Amino acid sequence: MGLRKMLDDVEHHFQEGGRLQSLYPLYEAIDTVFYSPSSVTRSTAHVRDGVDLKRIMITVWFAAFPAMFYGMYNLGFQANSVMEAGASVAGWHGWLIDLLGGYDAGNLWHCLWFGAVFFLPIYITTFVVGIAWEILFASKRGHEVNEGFFVTSILFALTCPPDMPLWQVALGISFGVVIGKEVFGGTGKNFLNPALTGRAFLYFAYPAEMSGDSVWVAVDGYTAATPLSIVATDGMAALQSQFTWWDAFVGAIPGSIGETSTLAIFIGGALLLITRIAAWRIVGGVFLGMLALSSLFNWIGSDTNPAFNMPWYWHLVTGGFAFGMLFMATDPVSAAMTDKGKWFFGILIGLMTVLIRVVNPAFPEGIMLAILFANLFAPLIDHFVVQANVKRRLARVQ
Amino acid sequence: MEALLSLFIRAIFIENMALAFFLGMCTFLAISKKIDAALGLGIAVVVVLTITVPVNNLIYHYLLADGALAWAGFPDLDLSFLGLLSYIGVIAAIVQIMEMFLDKFVPALYNALGVFLPLITVNCAIMGASLFMVEREYGFAESVVFGAGSGVGWALAIVALAGIREKLKYSDVPAGLQGLGITFIIAGLMSLGFMSFGGIDL
Repeated sequence: MGLRKMLDDVEHHFQEGGRLQSLYPLYEAIDTVFYSPSSVTRSTAHVRDGVDLKRIMITVWFAAFPAMFYGMYNLGFQANSVMEAGASVAGWHGWLIDLLGGYDAGNLWHCLWFGAVFFLPIYITTFVVGIAWEILFASKRGHEVNEGFFVTSILFALTCPPDMPLWQVALGISFGVVIGKEVFGGTGKNFLNPALTGRAFLYFAYPAEMSGDSVWVAVDGYTAATPLSIVATDGMAALQSQFTWWDAFVGAIPGSIGETSTLAIFIGGALLLITRIAAWRIVGGVFLGMLALSSLFNWIGSDTNPAFNMPWYWHLVTGGFAFGMLFMATDPVSAAMTDKGKWFFGILIGLMTVLIRVVNPAFPEGIMLAILFANLFAPLIDHFVVQANVKRRLARVQ
Repeated sequence: MEALLSLFIRAIFIENMALAFFLGMCTFLAISKKIDAALGLGIAVVVVLTITVPVNNLIYHYLLADGALAWAGFPDLDLSFLGLLSYIGVIAAIVQIMEMFLDKFVPALYNALGVFLPLITVNCAIMGASLFMVEREYGFAESVVFGAGSGVGWALAIVALAGIREKLKYSDVPAGLQGLGITFIIAGLMSLGFMSFGGIDL
């Protein structure tokens, strides 16, 4: 094994007394990406399972791939179909597109390459900047670089609008990783979802680049409203004249890179549910909460606010609802831990999402803030569930 | 009725005393280590606010406001410069009564709250609610609802903060940030979560 030998050969540099001792977390991270660590728990009475944090995180990472590849294709497709014949993208993006692809909306490769040229720089920036913070904190504070960052990075990159400036990407992920996670001591010790913290920070700090109608298609000067803002301003009829439900389900709509295709997200989400990495109670709770409140709003109806009439099956396929429900809300660290608590936590997210989408005119999309809001109350929900359980069991004893 | 309900919701979520106005920070940060104590303090604040805001409302409308003393034969008198003094007096008296009540009937909570119970007197959230009531010209019914709503909002915030801090007992905060430092960061992040209500117009 050449790689094993190579890693073993350099290991002494990183161990105590070696030249690169302070970078040991980096060495350890690279080592454990390729090989399982040999240290295992040896004491008795211990449940041994092949699923460790690394495998969980890598599974989530893979589960995001369908949404990522479809998102890249759709990014190119949306841009290519509105570009005039013969036009091209300026700058280095355009140079890269000319190098290997073109501007034909009917050509699968052209669309995919167009999307890759926009998405991959965002993802690479996210990854490099984030991992640099991770390594800095790990080497200074003596904990390990954790695979959790694989998940944070891809979730963060997939929720970005396509033509976001890269320095903002770097700033957002820095806020998410440092303030959302590392100040509490790293993966497993935070209370908010780091990817969402960074995303929300950018949303409030740079609203012009993160929302509105001109950011969703990577063509300068072209505006395309997302389905949710169409509904908020013009109502369901306007939405249905522009997109069919099937369009929105498959994902041929403008939006953040990874959130457009409900179908691709469901494929990844099914993997998470089957492997039991995502808690089905949370997913069920989010869905039920959304179903209940949107039906209530439909039933009440409103003449002044057209969003009241949006039925649940449209809520499901528009905006980031599916992505948030399956990938963000189910983050095992920031969600509720108890079984009953997971239901309450999920329902709270579902209710809040619809509430923000329909009632709050300031934000057309609500799932990001709804999950952050529910994260605040997750420890409290757990506390009361545990207390109720203690009380019930005490009553049984007496 | 609908207007009162939307005022209540607004006072709890949209204009949350702790997380939108950052009022009452001293107690908010100090008594949020344990959920039970935070819950007790939260209830105490709800009670104090629900009583003091309407009482101050009456005092303002029948004694202090411009021309309020017309019933006593002084139509030109404007005593509103005495506002701050009277409101804080009312608050102090009611907190004192509540302290005696808790000492007698709920000694566990009395001990848990310790010095912070008398300090409710100078809790900015309580004074702030009375001043908001005057500034926004609430009537009596509105001031009852507003007092209760802002109390519930503040209680909700402090209990949630206590929950988060209990969970973070197992975290590994850098030495320089332990204690108050990390609590300030948590309060800021909580306020980010409460931004979800910002902009709702009821």
